[in-house]
Amino acid sequence: MADPMRIRAALAGDETTVRVLMAHIMETGIRKDASGALIPAHFIQDVEATHNGKSVLKTMWSGAVSQNPFLSFKFKGAAKGDKVVVKWVDNKGDSRTDEVTIA
Amino acid sequence: MKNTRRSALKVTGAFATLVSLGLITQSQAQAAVDRSGFSVKTLDDALKAIGGNAAASDQITVVSPDIAENGAVVPVGVVSKLPNTTEIFIIIEKNPTPLAAVFMIPDGTAPDVQTRVKMGQSTNVIAVVKADGKLFSAIKETKVTLGGCGG
Repeated sequence: MADPMRIRAALAGDETTVRVLMAHIMETGIRKDASGALIPAHFIQDVEATHNGKSVLKTMWSGAVSQNPFLSFKFKGAAKGDKVVVKWVDNKGDSRTDEVTIA
Repeated sequence: MKNTRRSALKVTGAFATLVSLGLITQSQAQAAVDRSGFSVKTLDDALKAIGGNAAASDQITVVSPDIAENGAVVPVGVVSKLPNTTEIFIIIEKNPTPLAAVFMIPDGTAPDVQTRVKMGQSTNVIAVVKADGKLFSAIKETKVTLGGCGG
């Protein structure tokens, strides 16, 4: 399983801001190695964040998202102590799920 | 659900890109996930893939640096003040495959997202927003001093 995501979620007023740093090589598939062979694409394709079982964000990404992807988003309706769960799935079918408690 | 999506992905080619991308935003996840918009190579094709022409709007802000020192890691954000924003698309015009990221925004989530992208060279960053079913866009140019795909 990949390295854990670093997630922070902070409530300000009625809005929670979630900042996620994922660990992933995000290989585009168009780079070549020293011998000239293409390095195969390996990147996160889908990210979903949920709060209390409800989806609060979905993303579809390409290899153009930077290595060790950063994601920040905001949503309403949560309280301190609630959990936000973030899951990513990459183009090889690997996935990683982490959660954070809203501070 | 995950397995269904994955096996549907393998069958994907047949779906019309436009319709499929629209289907993704609904929660009937039996629809195949159509990622073909991510492999098109020109800005025009990327715009076609996400639904056609987008009217320029000053209600959308592209947050990106004027000059990016490292094209491998350029912070890009999009903020939309358009009501009922449901999708945000980030397009990096001069990248080999311009469509970089798509964000689906449900009710309760702000149309305000940030990530970091690779830029091969100085380029326009185009944010397209789907609000009330219609597409709107905003553009910002970002200059790159060191290109973004390694090597």
